[in-house]
Amino acid sequence: MTTGKRIGGSVANFVDERTGAGRALKKNLGKVFPDHWSFMLGEVAMYSFVILLLSGTFLTFFFVPSQEEIIYQGNYAPLSGLSMSQAYASTVDMSFDVRGGMLMRQVHHWSALIFLAAMVVHMMRVFFTGAYRKPREFNWIIGVGLLTLGIVEGFLGYSLPDDLLSGTGIRIAEAIIQAVPLVGTYVAFFLFGGGFPGTIFISRIYTIHVLLVPGIILALITAHVLLVWFQKHTQYPGPGRTEKNVVGFPLLPVYMAKAGGFFFIVFGITTFLGAVASINPIWLYGPYNPSQISAGSQPDWYMGWLDGLVRMAPNWETHAFGHTVSWNILIPGLIVPGIMFTGLALWPFIESWVTGDKREHHLLERPRNAPTRTAVGAMALTFTMVTLINGGNDLLAITFDLSINQIMWFSRIGVFVLPPIAYFVTKRICLGLQHKDRDTVLHGRESGRLVMLPSGEFIEVHEPIDQYARYSLTNHEQPEVVELQLEDAHGVARPGSVKEKIRARLSRGMYGEQVQKPTEKDLLELEDGHH
Amino acid sequence: MSDTHSGHESSGHQSSTALSPLADPGLPPHVYRRADTEPRAAKKAERQVAILFALSAVSTVAFVASFVGIEKDAFIFIPLFGSTQAQQLALGMTLALSLFLIGAGAVHWAKTLMPDHEVIQDRHELRSSDEDRQGVIEVFREGAEAAGLGRRSLIKRTLLGSMGLVTLTPILLLRDLGPLPGKQLETTNWEAGRRLVTDPDGKPLKASDIQVGAVAHILPEMPEGSELTLNDMVKDPVILVRLRPEDFNLPADRKDWVHEGIIAFSKICSHMGCAVGLYEQQTHHLLCPCHQSTFDVETGAQVIFGPAARPLPQLAITVDSEGYLIAKQGFTEPVGPSFWERSS
Repeated sequence: MTTGKRIGGSVANFVDERTGAGRALKKNLGKVFPDHWSFMLGEVAMYSFVILLLSGTFLTFFFVPSQEEIIYQGNYAPLSGLSMSQAYASTVDMSFDVRGGMLMRQVHHWSALIFLAAMVVHMMRVFFTGAYRKPREFNWIIGVGLLTLGIVEGFLGYSLPDDLLSGTGIRIAEAIIQAVPLVGTYVAFFLFGGGFPGTIFISRIYTIHVLLVPGIILALITAHVLLVWFQKHTQYPGPGRTEKNVVGFPLLPVYMAKAGGFFFIVFGITTFLGAVASINPIWLYGPYNPSQISAGSQPDWYMGWLDGLVRMAPNWETHAFGHTVSWNILIPGLIVPGIMFTGLALWPFIESWVTGDKREHHLLERPRNAPTRTAVGAMALTFTMVTLINGGNDLLAITFDLSINQIMWFSRIGVFVLPPIAYFVTKRICLGLQHKDRDTVLHGRESGRLVMLPSGEFIEVHEPIDQYARYSLTNHEQPEVVELQLEDAHGVARPGSVKEKIRARLSRGMYGEQVQKPTEKDLLELEDGHH
Repeated sequence: MSDTHSGHESSGHQSSTALSPLADPGLPPHVYRRADTEPRAAKKAERQVAILFALSAVSTVAFVASFVGIEKDAFIFIPLFGSTQAQQLALGMTLALSLFLIGAGAVHWAKTLMPDHEVIQDRHELRSSDEDRQGVIEVFREGAEAAGLGRRSLIKRTLLGSMGLVTLTPILLLRDLGPLPGKQLETTNWEAGRRLVTDPDGKPLKASDIQVGAVAHILPEMPEGSELTLNDMVKDPVILVRLRPEDFNLPADRKDWVHEGIIAFSKICSHMGCAVGLYEQQTHHLLCPCHQSTFDVETGAQVIFGPAARPLPQLAITVDSEGYLIAKQGFTEPVGPSFWERSS
């Protein structure tokens, strides 16, 4: 036994005798995880969060979270002699006077964008494959919470430098708070320590940004990953993969190497972006002053949909009994986002209520095999895209020389018209793809080889697919419509309740139209031999 | 790991789901990689991994060199990118490479040399067994029994009551986060006789200083010794526009709020409080860059497009004995975005 092994052994012994870690490790190090590129999306989000913690900690060493006004006399000449807050000045200083400071700021901002983008794309993967179904509803809700907190955290983060652009964003957030009936004005005065902007909000949102929200995010990520661990990861359907097993590679060594390596890859790419792609150059925006504004003011992309909603809102305001209700702010700023996020969180329960499906699901579904879900997702994404586009209507108008009023009207109408179109088109595409799958199973795949028959007719030769592919293409559920029961168990007529009627109707909408996948009979006929 | 079995001989699970009309053929046959069968290929892969790791180390050395060797304020010009801080770029590129190559090496290692046999593990139902559930209920019941929760209702009630009350303390403690709003949102520094001065120079203006078609950014002149704070800047800024007097189409009671075609509006948007900083000279429209609310100067800043619900409040102006522009009176309504207590 070498010295190294002896020391390692005694350390392991010391730890195990005091913690019993050996038992847990033996059980878990060989844990199997299914492999698919789309399972990396959540990993990207988690690694970006780690990068945010690392780069963010560095930034706190140099950032001064204070609104005390000073006269800038640093190295960045164009700002010389201007009055600005310490927060702004220290951000400029760390960009120009700290070695690697600019890099770390840019890495931090880029990884925030990647964190949010990865969460959104991960969530789309989970949605479109039905991974949120029982028993994973908790994790879906945790995910919705993480997305919400991520958006808030990002917004607070880019507000910290107290530059003209972010100050404008905070002003808008304050106006939304102020618009809340009854308590809004009071909440705003408490948050800002008096009238806007006051002298204390930077230090307050600093604490929220570096301690409170990241702490909650960290706790939620821990719970999220632990649940994945205990419930075991879902897997795509295919030969050898069932609801009762999990097929993949063991944690040690393959996943340790792949996942660990992937962290470094994400970190490397983020650093590359931070090195070459300028982001949030606050020294160009200038310090915040409520009487100033720059044209083309845009929030970061994950707030863009909200800004787009606010821009397209009709200008309704109610004045009655000495009070004002700003529908033009409340509807786009609070009510619609509230509906969007509540609907997102409740979707697994809505779906399982309509389908009546209370079973556990560990096999994912291909989006085409759940046409209604896929169509609903496409509808929601289309809605969000229209609002996002409207959030950049001023830039679009300038870039493409369009009328801003026309873009606004396009969005105002499009936000109602386009999502249903997306629903309809997506559903047709899914059903079309189901047809194609059925065709492939029964008649094989197109070989691209044309043959001329003696009669002169040209046909394309179809090659039969192998048993594994054939199994994959037929291995999905085709649930039945939940029909309204108009007779009870004894055959006595009963009227369905309103709830039952709604459900039967939704169920018909969801499953009423399907492409029947090949049956055993079809396949037997096939084997008996025709062409 | 008793429930683990290495892939390919196993076919015991095929009937567990009857989703497909076909029998589950089990995992497809394993395809071996070159490195699995040819020692030379394996050796080559090993070398590749090592080279990636070594290059990462080289890049880290370059990082150190750029940290100490490049001047902080040296700029270099890079085609397409423009002029950029040389040190930040070098630090970023070397660090990016160091990190990326470690990752690339590890992944390459896993993909070429680590076992790629798929492994099958069983899933177990998440639900606890009925006995376990019964046991838990039993334990809870016994615990509650032992504590006497059922019998000693006085304790239960006082405990719940005191816990409920104590949660109110944080709400109280947060009271001093800020003062009550009072009339703060409804007042500005504008009052009768106050001069209009330019922002940021602070110069008083005569009517002759502003040509037809021009705009000016205005603040109230403050008495000696007091300065405008940022909180004033949220309410006081005014935008001044001069049109020909015949261009206006104002409500009757506001006709004399204008001086020789010069009209003054609050610059703070009545929607969400951004500065309404864009003026279209041809159409006489003021536009807020935040949400594109558009206000028509001729009709007294009526909203003609966008989400704003109210016109920009107008400041009545005139001139003093020396000919300088002054406010005739303060704003007659609160400026800026709406709030619950706003009465008009």
